[in-house]
Amino acid sequence: MRLIASYIIGLIFGVGISISGMANPAKVLNFFDVAGAWDPSLIFVMGGAVVVTFIGYRFVLKRPAPMLEQKFQLPTRRDLDLPLIGGSAVFGIGWGIAGFCPGGALPALGTGKSEVFIFVAALLAGIFAVNIMNRMRQMRSATA
Amino acid sequence: METVFTPWQSLGGGALIGVASVLLMASLGRIMGATGVLAGLLYPANWSDWSWRAAVLAGMVSAPLVISLLTGQMPAVQVPVSTPMLVIGGFIVGLGVTYGSGCTSGHGVCGMARLSPRSIAAVITFMITTGLTVYVVRHVIGG
Repeated sequence: MRLIASYIIGLIFGVGISISGMANPAKVLNFFDVAGAWDPSLIFVMGGAVVVTFIGYRFVLKRPAPMLEQKFQLPTRRDLDLPLIGGSAVFGIGWGIAGFCPGGALPALGTGKSEVFIFVAALLAGIFAVNIMNRMRQMRSATA
Repeated sequence: METVFTPWQSLGGGALIGVASVLLMASLGRIMGATGVLAGLLYPANWSDWSWRAAVLAGMVSAPLVISLLTGQMPAVQVPVSTPMLVIGGFIVGLGVTYGSGCTSGHGVCGMARLSPRSIAAVITFMITTGLTVYVVRHVIGG
């Protein structure tokens, strides 16, 4: 049941991403290119998604627990720190260079286009790199 | 490369992204974030933690096929970016979302909808750096 629900949710997300234009780097980059071939479509994606989620969460989070799990797993931190801001700034640079974000690229894998696979491979390499660096730092602090 | 302004299609797609986010919270009590799904697949805590993410990913990846079966054509994926820039950009995105613990879906949709101060700060930050990067790539270096 959990897996069927998860699959359908992933499918709805992927269909939304695909028809919205978020999976299309040409459209994403034009959204940010206010000084050039500006295409404001993506503000409608963000608007539609945030409004629906905002309203839906009001109802869902009033319940004592989710339907298929014991409890809601929500991030609790509210402080702003350097990894959050620095990481987000770095993410934006990469997004501006490639035109793909993770949420756009994962459904786009299904089109079979080689560019998407190249991007996702590099994305995974970046995620691995941070985890390897973190692990090395932990080992160094453990031995020191 | 010019693209066509598609307000209704984008609004509808955005609403579906919202529906998926609400359904994931309602069923599994989780934030719908592509970064979180990927990270949890690479570094799973246990089987049940891994399996739902794998199912979400499978759903995401099958979306273009479902669309092409319904409409007769694949969703447009136009990449006006060279392969080296895709590799560099992808690697940088991987670094950024891991340190920043989220991207456009986790922070941009779910976090914003929860009015999380961390997510709002993250979104403002990456919208600015993305815009600046596109400007520099297209009009300073490329211009």
